Amino acid sequence: MDELLTGSVIAVNGPIVKAVGLKGIGMFDIAEVGPDRLIGEVIRLAGEITIIQVYEDNTGLKPGDEVISYGRPLSVLLGPGLIANIYDGIQRPLVGISEVCGSYIRKGIKLSPLDTAKRWDFKPLVSSGTEVKEGSIVGEVQESPLVLHRVLVPPGVSGRLTRIADAGAYTIEETIFVVDTASGAFKGKLAVYWPVRKPRPNKNRKKPFVPLITGQRVIDTFFPIARGGTAAIPGGFGTGKTMTQHALAKWCNADIIVYIGCGERGNEMTDVLTDFPKLIDERNGRPLIERTVMIANTSNMPVPAREVSIYTGVTIAEYYRDMGYSVAVMADSTSRWAEALRELSSRLGDMPAEEGFPPYLGTRLAEFYERAGLVETLSGADGDITIVGAVSPPGGDFSEPVTQHTSRFVRCFWALDKTLADARHYPSISWIDSYTEYLIDIEDWWKNLDAEWLATRNEVMNILLEDHRLEQVVKLVGSDALPPSEQYILFCAEMIKNAFLQQNSFDPQDKFCSPEKQIKLLKSLLTLYKKGLERVHAGVSVKDIAALTVVSEIVRLKSEIPNQDLAKIDEYVLRLEQGLSALKPPS
Amino acid sequence: MPAEIEYTNLSGISGPLIFVDGINGVGYGDIVEIRDASGVLRIGQTLEVDEQRAVVQVFEGTSGLSVQGTRVTFVGRALEIPVDREMLGRVFDGLGRPIDGAPQVITDKMMNVNGLPINPWSREYPRDFIQTGISAIDGMNTLIRGQKLPIFSGSGMPHNRIAAQIARQAKILSAGEEFTVIFAAMGVKFDVARFFIDSLEESGVLTHSAIFLSLADSPSIERLVTPRSALTLAEYLAFEENMHVLVILTDMTNYCEALRELSSSRGEIPSRKGYPGYLYSDLASVYERAGRLKGGKGSITQVPILTMPSDDISHPVPDLTGYITEGQIVLERDLFNKGIYPPIAGLPSLSRLMKDGIGEGRTRKDHGQVAAQLFASYAKVKRIRALAAIVGEEELSGLDKIYLKFGTAFEEVYLSQAYEENRSIEQTLDIGWRMLSLLPRDELYRIAREDIQRYYMPQKEEDK
Repeated sequence: MDELLTGSVIAVNGPIVKAVGLKGIGMFDIAEVGPDRLIGEVIRLAGEITIIQVYEDNTGLKPGDEVISYGRPLSVLLGPGLIANIYDGIQRPLVGISEVCGSYIRKGIKLSPLDTAKRWDFKPLVSSGTEVKEGSIVGEVQESPLVLHRVLVPPGVSGRLTRIADAGAYTIEETIFVVDTASGAFKGKLAVYWPVRKPRPNKNRKKPFVPLITGQRVIDTFFPIARGGTAAIPGGFGTGKTMTQHALAKWCNADIIVYIGCGERGNEMTDVLTDFPKLIDERNGRPLIERTVMIANTSNMPVPAREVSIYTGVTIAEYYRDMGYSVAVMADSTSRWAEALRELSSRLGDMPAEEGFPPYLGTRLAEFYERAGLVETLSGADGDITIVGAVSPPGGDFSEPVTQHTSRFVRCFWALDKTLADARHYPSISWIDSYTEYLIDIEDWWKNLDAEWLATRNEVMNILLEDHRLEQVVKLVGSDALPPSEQYILFCAEMIKNAFLQQNSFDPQDKFCSPEKQIKLLKSLLTLYKKGLERVHAGVSVKDIAALTVVSEIVRLKSEIPNQDLAKIDEYVLRLEQGLSALKPPS
Repeated sequence: MPAEIEYTNLSGISGPLIFVDGINGVGYGDIVEIRDASGVLRIGQTLEVDEQRAVVQVFEGTSGLSVQGTRVTFVGRALEIPVDREMLGRVFDGLGRPIDGAPQVITDKMMNVNGLPINPWSREYPRDFIQTGISAIDGMNTLIRGQKLPIFSGSGMPHNRIAAQIARQAKILSAGEEFTVIFAAMGVKFDVARFFIDSLEESGVLTHSAIFLSLADSPSIERLVTPRSALTLAEYLAFEENMHVLVILTDMTNYCEALRELSSSRGEIPSRKGYPGYLYSDLASVYERAGRLKGGKGSITQVPILTMPSDDISHPVPDLTGYITEGQIVLERDLFNKGIYPPIAGLPSLSRLMKDGIGEGRTRKDHGQVAAQLFASYAKVKRIRALAAIVGEEELSGLDKIYLKFGTAFEEVYLSQAYEENRSIEQTLDIGWRMLSLLPRDELYRIAREDIQRYYMPQKEEDK
């Protein structure tokens, strides 16, 4: 290893370069190509010929140009300084790039992903002479006001700690601790490299049981996801995938957010970049940026780097999980990643499967989503990664390969609905086409808040399903032809949509709805349904119920009652009950 | 760089591609000069190189070229065009060469037409409201300086008039600044180009506009460079000369067809409807060249126009465009047939950057909620109309009938306006309130109480 291999280019076809002469190079090793030393990765070996995908614009590259490699795999640098940073797909710091070459990304730039000059305040937690093993925590660094960075003994290293630095300020390049291992002394630093395509090891995997609270009512109440779970958000353009991802990244209660903008719009990343430092997390009063790592490989940046960006992101997530944190990964959009895969595979001349995608699309997606999960880390703590992947099906057609394959590997499916988005009903998550498999797993958590949670949720869900069935009839005969009790179901469903499902992520009260508030709102609507239905059976007209002032007030509770002031909702429910009882059927 | 070598023979020609054998030291993406037997110059670019052979796309097309007697020189750099302020007021072909009879622009500033990706960190998030004077856009699908907002149209619909109206009326509310317009035509008819030039001339903006034409009779491959030439000049003017540039690209469907033609003659594996698998990335490399930069004064706002084949919004061209651009203005055949101008569809149209460019201090506090309410109420109108088509209008409930009245008024008063009519945002919002006031107060559940208090004004006659 670390021996310099050299070879030369023989052919160039877009970002795919063929080279000869690199004897002994391995799969997924980094190769530096041409006079600009463009970064590439070995993706195939065919006899004498090495096939390299180049992560930067390679126009001007010629046959005969030199290729070099140190025989090291493509890796990310993990250490303090990741938080609040923004990287391209191969972990080059975008802030650093802008300082070196201005507003545009020029090729051939090499910068350390982490600041090598910055000194971090390190606090040792063990003393020398202790036996340590892989994953042991030897010290900590306050990386951001929200994140305490734990310094771990890397996987594969164990033995006696022969030296550990005193409390003080160190750079990521200084030796902090030394472990006497069977194969010699290992010098530990604050930062460590890890190959992107290789999952970091853990002790064992566990079954998720705690919900990831997102503050989004349709998700938390109807289609919840567990910490350590996987979810997909498929939706055609304009249905609000990115808006939903942004809302989750802002308000979900994970410790760390890794936001991967994969082949998406530049301005959207700028939105995150300008918004997150300003938005304050209500739970701790700190800006959201202090728990966020961003990967931005926008649609106009080189395609191969897009392919690797999701691995870069998930490797960073695994690093924080190993410290015992709960991490949420937002990947927007996995379809663009799949397209990158298709483009590269087509240039390699692979035999295509469905719609030109390579046959290994499903395997790759499965590998990616499998890196989520609740685990017992090597240090013995619990940590988890939740992955939420956006999917952009062409023409909004869910039968296309990426959506289909993804739905096989995720357990939560938040289908976005064009009709809802057109009516500006956000989040436009369809309550008909979405599903979650985590309901049973997390029921106990909700039971602690409210013993009847699942029953209430299911009753309200049934009103919505009944409404969906009746809508088909209404389309044919009109709602006036239905009996009053069924008209009342339509009315209540409409109330549930406006007062509960629809949520404004820019409204100060409504953007985050606490689980307690969700339960209260849900119950007020169920009261409306149950008590109201009794009155309808007694002959009261639906119109009279709808005309009650308190009914139109309930629609506004979501944005008028703050999370801290829930007792007020009870007052409205009381008034609702009184109002309903006071209604008399026409004589 | 080795001395330029001239190669005299081709080993093959296929569609817009030529193959040159026995080459040495040719770079990927290099520019190629091709002279046919009579000495006429064409420009090409290498798409693939290996040790013996180069595949070259010829922008002017290959008709008239023969295998023998064609001379090829590899220039050893990427395609560049001259950029300068002096280019305003001029007309160019797709490769940036003047075609208005006036001499070549003299400048030593040359820029690569492919540009470089903007660092997301260096972007400034767009939030300056552009008043286009068109209610359907300003009120409900607001255009923001630095945004890319395409018009999805169909054949026969007035997308060109709408684009021309935007070019003429667009201004920033606070500063009253005007736009420099860059117009790029790919594969459109001469009449369409003429219409734009005339309307720019009438409104007096032609002198600070630049026009890039690759008309329907030009070789299709030239269309692939045309938008890039236009955007290269736009980037220069916006980011080096601090100007506000509005780029109109028409028709992106023709651009995509040229790309499909090229891909198929290269023998690539097709994706949907024969378009190449990289159509998304290729379109992104055009559309993403819009925006603002940190610390810079200028901006590029893009209004690409595309015609949806058989009005199908799920066709790959509009579909992939919609995934890249920040919203879309969709023209609707039904409205067009009713004689409504501009026939901007209420529901499928969207501006993603709207939320941050409107509201208090930018337009008016109630703007966002009025827009949301109009969308929601109009969506209900659509549902009721579908029902009325089956059960008949008489069978509808009283409230449903009120909604139908609202729907008609919305289309005929709010959406509808004259080609010359330039409405201020205040006017647009007030008309919006007049529409909403046709509905009962309780139906306005997307609007804050105090705004209803202030602006809701049910008509007196109905009260009596």
